[in-house]
Amino acid sequence: MALTREQMAQRVAAELEDGFYVNLGIGIPTLVANYVPAGIEVMLQSENGLLGMGPFPTEEQVDPDMINAGKQTVTAQPGASIVDSADSFAMIRGGHVDLTVLGAFEVDVQGNIASWMVPGKLVKGMGGAMDLVAGAENIIVTMTHASKSGEPKLLQACTLPLTGAGCIKRVLTDLAYIEIENGQFVLKERAPGVSVEEIIRKTGGELVVPDSVPEMTVAG
Amino acid sequence: MAGFDKRVSSYEEAMAGLEDGMTLLAGGFGLCGIPENLIAEIKRKGTRDLTVASNNCGVDGFGLGLLLEDCQIRKMIASYVGENALFEKQLLDGDLEVELTPQGNLAERMRAAGAGIPAFYTATGYGTRIAEGKETRLFGDRHYVLEEALPGDFAIVKGWKADTYGNVIYRHTARNFNPLVAMAGKVTVVEVEEIVAPGELDPAAIHTPGIYVDRLICGTFEKRIEKRTVRG
Repeated sequence: MALTREQMAQRVAAELEDGFYVNLGIGIPTLVANYVPAGIEVMLQSENGLLGMGPFPTEEQVDPDMINAGKQTVTAQPGASIVDSADSFAMIRGGHVDLTVLGAFEVDVQGNIASWMVPGKLVKGMGGAMDLVAGAENIIVTMTHASKSGEPKLLQACTLPLTGAGCIKRVLTDLAYIEIENGQFVLKERAPGVSVEEIIRKTGGELVVPDSVPEMTVAG
Repeated sequence: MAGFDKRVSSYEEAMAGLEDGMTLLAGGFGLCGIPENLIAEIKRKGTRDLTVASNNCGVDGFGLGLLLEDCQIRKMIASYVGENALFEKQLLDGDLEVELTPQGNLAERMRAAGAGIPAFYTATGYGTRIAEGKETRLFGDRHYVLEEALPGDFAIVKGWKADTYGNVIYRHTARNFNPLVAMAGKVTVVEVEEIVAPGELDPAAIHTPGIYVDRLICGTFEKRIEKRTVRG
């Protein structure tokens, strides 16, 4: 079975380490915050200038001056700090954020990522995504393995305009966990019940399949 | 008015000198920390052919979205737009030009302008269409793109508290682009919720020192929320 969005978030959360500063993009990455493993502390960075993002507010706590990068009302956790946009991106560009999780339309074997525009469709902008992929050493891309019409999104070469070049090393899809090494995708784990054959069939770029590909551990 | 007192007595006076064709920098992220009354004054004033640099372009009927209603914006420099239908229409009709800029670059371009730095190298956007036509350079084993500073003829800023000398403190994440916008304007206009006497604010707590501020006015704010999200 393909992973649900929640299971994808849960699998990404297993990569969190105690003391990590983490930037989570919009969509599935946001859900990762719900699955921080017990016994570890992470601090969430929101690129509009909030380091130490807390949960959504109660009705009484809603404050128009306190939002996240998705423009949603949020709270600050104890120990948070707030900076301006230049300082916030200094943290990102300067490599101070330990892990960035974001979505994408396409990733290729060179570690290129396309996530911000589809020619012919209205382009809304890249927001902070180009800064995030250029600045972070440690990035996990989350996306479905193939498009709704079945087209592969893990490609030999991205077809859409790039968000960043050569910056992606790890991708979690609903079918597999894949790492990018030496210009190839390497199949590291598969979703429970998903066959290696299905993953090969739905992967566009060159895929290395080790002798043994373990099933990943996620809760039902 | 004398010495360092930056206060003006009306919004008309606050935006005096803004002319057709100028470049305007505006603080705010989404609708958070936007100089809503200064924007409304620009609408009232009817200044046209503006190049506006701000992270976003407001929503239909509020914030910078107001300036779209009478086609006052010729070019928008932003990282993320299209939260409003009117923006989309003017873009598709060719009435509006857009320069999409990575969010961190937008902030740093404004900071650089205020700090007297004409351009800077950043890895952001290398190998993408954002870097097309721009100088690149190899430092160590990484490629970087030369990005130019983004100064403004006018800068409009929303603060929380200020003293009469124009020392400004922002509240929570309403800070965002505001301190950078404040640095980068030839004429920087700040509107705040409260103005106090010099000495009442802790000098070490000031976010924008008065040296960057030319005009100051106290207003009342709607503070519209774009995405109200509460705990279930």
